Amino acid sequence: MRTIPLVMEQSALKKTHLYNTHLSLGGRMVEFGGWDMPVLYSSIIKEHKSVRTSAGLFDISHMGEFLFEGPDAKKFLNIILTNDLSQLESGQGQYTLLCQDNGGVIDDLYAYRLEEDRFLLVVNASRIEIDWMWIRSQRNANYKSLDLDMTDISDNYSAMALQGPNSSKILSFLFPEILTLQKNNISQISFNNEAIWASRTGYTGEDGFELITPNIQAVELWEKIFKGGQSLGLAPAGLGARDTLRTEAGYSLYGHELNSETTPIEAGLGWAVADHKINFLGKDTCVTQKKDGTSRKCAGFKMIGKSPPPRENYIIFDSSEDKREIGQVTSGTLSPSLGYGIGLGYVESNYAKPGTSIEIEIRNNRFPAEVVKRPIFRKPD
Amino acid sequence: MSDIPTDLKYASSHEWVRVEGDTATIGISDHAQQELTDLAFIELPEVGLDLTAGDSCGVVESVKTASEIYAPISGEVIEINDALQTEPGLANEDPYGEGWFYKVRFAIPDEIQDLLSPEDYTEQVNI
Repeated sequence: MRTIPLVMEQSALKKTHLYNTHLSLGGRMVEFGGWDMPVLYSSIIKEHKSVRTSAGLFDISHMGEFLFEGPDAKKFLNIILTNDLSQLESGQGQYTLLCQDNGGVIDDLYAYRLEEDRFLLVVNASRIEIDWMWIRSQRNANYKSLDLDMTDISDNYSAMALQGPNSSKILSFLFPEILTLQKNNISQISFNNEAIWASRTGYTGEDGFELITPNIQAVELWEKIFKGGQSLGLAPAGLGARDTLRTEAGYSLYGHELNSETTPIEAGLGWAVADHKINFLGKDTCVTQKKDGTSRKCAGFKMIGKSPPPRENYIIFDSSEDKREIGQVTSGTLSPSLGYGIGLGYVESNYAKPGTSIEIEIRNNRFPAEVVKRPIFRKPD
Repeated sequence: MSDIPTDLKYASSHEWVRVEGDTATIGISDHAQQELTDLAFIELPEVGLDLTAGDSCGVVESVKTASEIYAPISGEVIEINDALQTEPGLANEDPYGEGWFYKVRFAIPDEIQDLLSPEDYTEQVNI
């Protein structure tokens, strides 16, 4: 048996402020987006199930945070982001995308309106530098006269996600005020006299919260949540479970479903593109594609019958007589909730309809699969 | 710490070999299953297949990764553990018992001498 080495050069990897906490919890550390992160503590399947049935606590400190402040902050952000920040009141957030002029996706992110003229962007770990360079170059080249300050605060803040049906109960032990926080909303709360942000958001398809805290409070906040949640079945959860959970939920991951060669419309994220805005980067492509359609689309699928789990880069074929190649898998895994293989991939658009039969090639054999609606897994009510 | 039974032979690629008469049973070591974690799918060689030592003869897939398994010795596959098809987790729970992979009628007895002793394998795993 030969396993693929998971670890890059250890010394070059960045560590979050919770690194030692992960080690003491038995976390197995791997490289992710330049960071040394826990892929699992006990088992991906167990951690996944903890999140679906109780709660899981994830370190997401590797993600980046940018602050935009000033009278023109909204104007500038509404030019560089696809969604419409005008729809947000103070304390609300939205999923949005950062695109090139041609519509190619630079990153997908969450944008929060903290106050009337103050915005927080939470971006992918592997894209922090690229996003920041892009945003700065846009500002300097085209929008120098606008009145705003922008700061990359990624290095000063840690973050964690508490996800699962017991999340609100667990977090309310520490912060009773979070019980009234609505989905996608953000609120500043006080922890050890430091201001932290709590948002009711996540990447698992479950109810949950994401907490952004000054680095100095990260360990204590984690430990307090962890201790308070243990009697309710809270488990530390690694990137492995984060990935299986988001795949079941059908969420895109940058570098898989999204890259500079894909557009929001192809990815099925047209709902996060506000075409009514007068202008924004990528508008022409997005509007045209919404009107005329695209040649390929991102689709969720499930394996039918006994099959190895699908994996990224496996080829997707038509299942009718001509057996033509029609696409490629971008994410695939065994679904711990469903017990069979599921995935996301790009297929020619006429194959993207739920119910369409397709085949996935796995080690020179073809296995039957079916396109399904996202989320791929939905909990019974 | 992983379990390395002293009555078995090992391959550096983490398979174990149990010799009984002219047949050998093959599986993956406790260390290997710990590294892989939750096994999601196991693909075994077909009965009747003639394997040469070093051949890729199957695949073990965890939730996260797919890894090949290699034939530690040459010989004809005479039996496979069908239970693994429906319950791959057996190789996690009982890697040296219920979680065995396949049996061969071995072709070259000398190959068994060339496998790692439990002591040598322990040393490899602990580095």
